[in-house]
Amino acid sequence: MSAEQGSPEPTQDQPERVAIGISFGNSNSSIAYTTAIEGKAEVIANEEGDRQIPSTLSYVNGEEFSGTQAKAQIVRNPRDTITSFRDFLGKTFEQIDPSPCHASAHPVSVNGGAGFVVQDHTEVKQPEKSTLSVSEVTTRHLRRLKQSATDYLGKNVTAAVVTVPSDFSDEQKTALSASAQKAGIEVLQFIPEPIAALLAHDAKAQIAAEGGPASEHQDKIVLVADFGGTRSDVAVVASRGGMYTTLATSHDYRLGGSSLDKVLVEYAAKEFLKKHKTAKDPRETERSLSKLTLDAESVKKALSIGGSASFSVESLIDGLDFNLTVNRTRYELLSNKIFMAFTRLVESAVQKADLDILDIDTILLSGGTSHTPKIASNLQSHFPESTIIISPSTSSSAINPSELSARGAAIQASLISEFEKEQIEESTEAVVTVTPHLHNAIGLVVAGGAAGKEEFSVLVEPETPVPVRRTAQLTVKDGGDVIIKLAEGGRSIVVSAAEKATTNGAADSDDEDDDSDDEPEENRSKVWATQKVIAEAGLRGVKKGGKIEVQVNVAADLSLTMVCREVGGKGGVRGVVQAARVELNGNAA
Amino acid sequence: MATIQLTATLPSLPDGWSAEKDFKPIDHLSAPISRAIEPVGPHFLAHARRKRHKRTFSEDERIQAQQTVAKAQEEDPGDISEDEDPALLAREAKDWKTQDHYAVLGLSKYRYRATEDQIKRAHRKKVLKHHPDKKAASGREEGDQFFKCIQRATDILLDPVKRRQFDSVDEEANIEPPTKKEVQKKPNNFYKLWGAVFVSEGRFSVKYPLKDVPKIGDANSSKEHVEEFYNFWYNFDSWRSFEYLDEDVPDDNENRDQKRHMERKNNNARKKRKTEDTQRLRKLVDDCLAMDERIKRFRQEGNKAKNQKKAEKEAAEQAAKEEAAKKKAEDERLQKEKEEADKAMKEEGKKAKEAAKNAAKKNKRVIRGAIKDANYFADGDADAKTIDGTLNDVDALILKLDNEEVALLSSNLNGKDKTGAKVVFQEQVKTLVDAGKVKEGELKWLA
Ligand SMILES: Nc1ncnc2c1ncn2[C@@H]1O[C@H](COP(=O)(O)OP(=O)(O)O)[C@@H](O)[C@H]1O
Repeated sequence: MSAEQGSPEPTQDQPERVAIGISFGNSNSSIAYTTAIEGKAEVIANEEGDRQIPSTLSYVNGEEFSGTQAKAQIVRNPRDTITSFRDFLGKTFEQIDPSPCHASAHPVSVNGGAGFVVQDHTEVKQPEKSTLSVSEVTTRHLRRLKQSATDYLGKNVTAAVVTVPSDFSDEQKTALSASAQKAGIEVLQFIPEPIAALLAHDAKAQIAAEGGPASEHQDKIVLVADFGGTRSDVAVVASRGGMYTTLATSHDYRLGGSSLDKVLVEYAAKEFLKKHKTAKDPRETERSLSKLTLDAESVKKALSIGGSASFSVESLIDGLDFNLTVNRTRYELLSNKIFMAFTRLVESAVQKADLDILDIDTILLSGGTSHTPKIASNLQSHFPESTIIISPSTSSSAINPSELSARGAAIQASLISEFEKEQIEESTEAVVTVTPHLHNAIGLVVAGGAAGKEEFSVLVEPETPVPVRRTAQLTVKDGGDVIIKLAEGGRSIVVSAAEKATTNGAADSDDEDDDSDDEPEENRSKVWATQKVIAEAGLRGVKKGGKIEVQVNVAADLSLTMVCREVGGKGGVRGVVQAARVELNGNAA
Repeated sequence: MATIQLTATLPSLPDGWSAEKDFKPIDHLSAPISRAIEPVGPHFLAHARRKRHKRTFSEDERIQAQQTVAKAQEEDPGDISEDEDPALLAREAKDWKTQDHYAVLGLSKYRYRATEDQIKRAHRKKVLKHHPDKKAASGREEGDQFFKCIQRATDILLDPVKRRQFDSVDEEANIEPPTKKEVQKKPNNFYKLWGAVFVSEGRFSVKYPLKDVPKIGDANSSKEHVEEFYNFWYNFDSWRSFEYLDEDVPDDNENRDQKRHMERKNNNARKKRKTEDTQRLRKLVDDCLAMDERIKRFRQEGNKAKNQKKAEKEAAEQAAKEEAAKKKAEDERLQKEKEEADKAMKEEGKKAKEAAKNAAKKNKRVIRGAIKDANYFADGDADAKTIDGTLNDVDALILKLDNEEVALLSSNLNGKDKTGAKVVFQEQVKTLVDAGKVKEGELKWLA
């Protein structure tokens, strides 16, 4: 926080606060920090070298294992291995869905909440097993994360910005905060995972374009799709001048990477049974199933990059080894239904936001499952060409989707780490965040097309929070006296039958798809139209080829100031449009 | 934000446009929506700083902000809650084929109308309650049969292909067509009862999503609407299919023939059911059409219009006929007149000819008389030879002349004495000789 922003001095008697970003997922967690010099966010590898640290704890003869080592214990030690517990925090036992834990320790009811019964001590005592509340499990997990970060940074990590799903309730946040506190981490702020991902993406784009034309924030509608291990979350976000407003979200609590693992498990098991006709079904034996599932996940990950990958399971069942090569095409065919479910979930979020797919400028793919190329290409073909898909397979500059939210959390941590906790809390209250957003676009009525038809040119996009200021320039070719009409505009979707290509060259290809014509191609496009004129300004005596600048300023109270002038000229026109009187029901009079 | 560069033309200032300081406010901005900005990122910090600048918010403002904000996170509308029938809870998972998947998830009242979102929420609700771990915790060791039913129902209903197969045979979603009696019970029953039937049938439409399938309308619907409705239903393109009712095909390689046999049997059964369903729908539409008062009305109105048209047409035909007759009579009259005129003319010509003939006769007589009067140009009594010669020559002369010349000659001879007449005859002969009609020396009695 720079001095000009009025940040307080860290208090002398308190030890220096070291803040990191934590992404705490049901499947994996990541820790990230920002480099002191460049301010770049980076994800920290733990002592095992993992940047995606499985959110798993396992107790082997009472000794605690975490991360990848713990995850491996699902095979040998399932009932003493705790997985997928994040979503249980702050919920009553009635409210939790135990399904994701079927292969590991099953949740039990502990004081009305969720917990696990594991053998977590080495000494011989009664009862043999301990009952751990999910809060305690979380504390133990976070303690591990804190330790890894502290080891890496060489400084005692004391605080963090933590990402949570956009539907995390206040109870869940309170519980998580308390668990973190016990682990020695002060949670400075919880931020939604999709927003963290977007912040990380935008920050990188900003650094890449430093000084260039893209270094300024572009207004856009971004859809952040977070495809994780056991659930998927989608958020539609209006990004306006670098500020983010979530318009709608959509969640699926059983769609994720493990659905894809399951597809591969089914396939592998059937192939295994084909080869070994008399063998037992590996899906019927818990241990075999777990082995197969772990291997399926590796195969799946390898298929995100390679054209083929192999199962290789020693002693899958009855002492029989299992080897099977799966190619990408086969995998994509098998998983087609799941892939389509991802697309439908994304589409449902667009609908909930009351938008059209044409309104989506960017889709940012986040979460481990977003590495899957087919998910990205399906979205690319479902959405219009104008929609940019940010994922490893569609954009070379994309950040690793598994790292996006941790990086975003680290960036936010660096922004607020010098504020008092109280100040942060005050800034995140509704009274600060809740802001009027423009319902319609504001723009100019201009003569645009070849026929000189009236058109609406957007200056301020809809869903922009106020106050807002936008400046536009345009050239007056013929000079003279011009009228500048400022108006509100709305967009509609125009559907027209696709034109038969009339350009030469395209004609040749016509014959080929002649018979595929039974379903006429539709051309859908976004069209802006003037809804009501707000003000007119007359600008006189503009030079031939002169450049005009129009500035629009909407104040927090919805009053509007318009300034028009010729660039390099004298004078200009300036006027104010008062805000409508607001009736009690919130509608403008 | 960078300056936006527009490539557009500004309209010229209209003649007579004027405003104080060249600025004319016209309308206000529309009412905004209250939304929460995410408290994240450097730009938000700037926003928060501006908003909090040297001020504290009142409690009212805090409450106001929380109340007016549009929620991006939708709350559970709580629309999915149905009592669980004990019979349902006692189901065996293996009997999934006969299971009512909507009822299992508590979506009986939605069925084919349930959105994917509702199915997901319903599933979650059921899982939270019936997951085996939950039952173990509460000591209700009931086994996981119903939980498996829930999973099966969700797998089917969240798979668009499988869901269609199930919806195709979801008897619970069918609405029986009303009888004539039921329709007649109340004036609007026809629209209400048949309307519901077609809404439910509309779920199979390939062409339209449920909401866009043509509706039955009401008593005031236009003829076009009603026609379109029946047209749509008579040409209904249905995705309904019957593979859900297939008999199980053995899934082993030993029994190839048996397998093929089953598949063929299933295929035939599907086809048969599809054909029956098409016929069923056709009959349904027939029945509805038969009870549709609007159709009768349109027919009557149509008949009335037709009758009127017919009458008009007949009148027009009659008029045309009369007109034609009139014209014919007129034509005939004119024809007759013309014929009469022609005849008269002919008659006249005949008379003239006759007259000319008579005149010629008379003239010839005059000419012959003149010869006689001139005593055949003889001095003293003319001998027979002279008389014969001159009269023969006169006759020959007359033969050489046409009627007019005869008339002229006769008039020239009129009142002439013997010498005068002789001169006339001599000149006449000379003229004919000059014209080469008479040879020199011919008609010597008259020369
Ligand atoms: N390269 C990859 N290709 C495909 N799937 C991957 C890849 N990397 C991770 N995943 C999958 O992503 C899921 C974990 O995603 P993550 O975002 O870490 O989970 P969560 O948010 O649920 O904690 C797992 O199912 C994992 O198998």
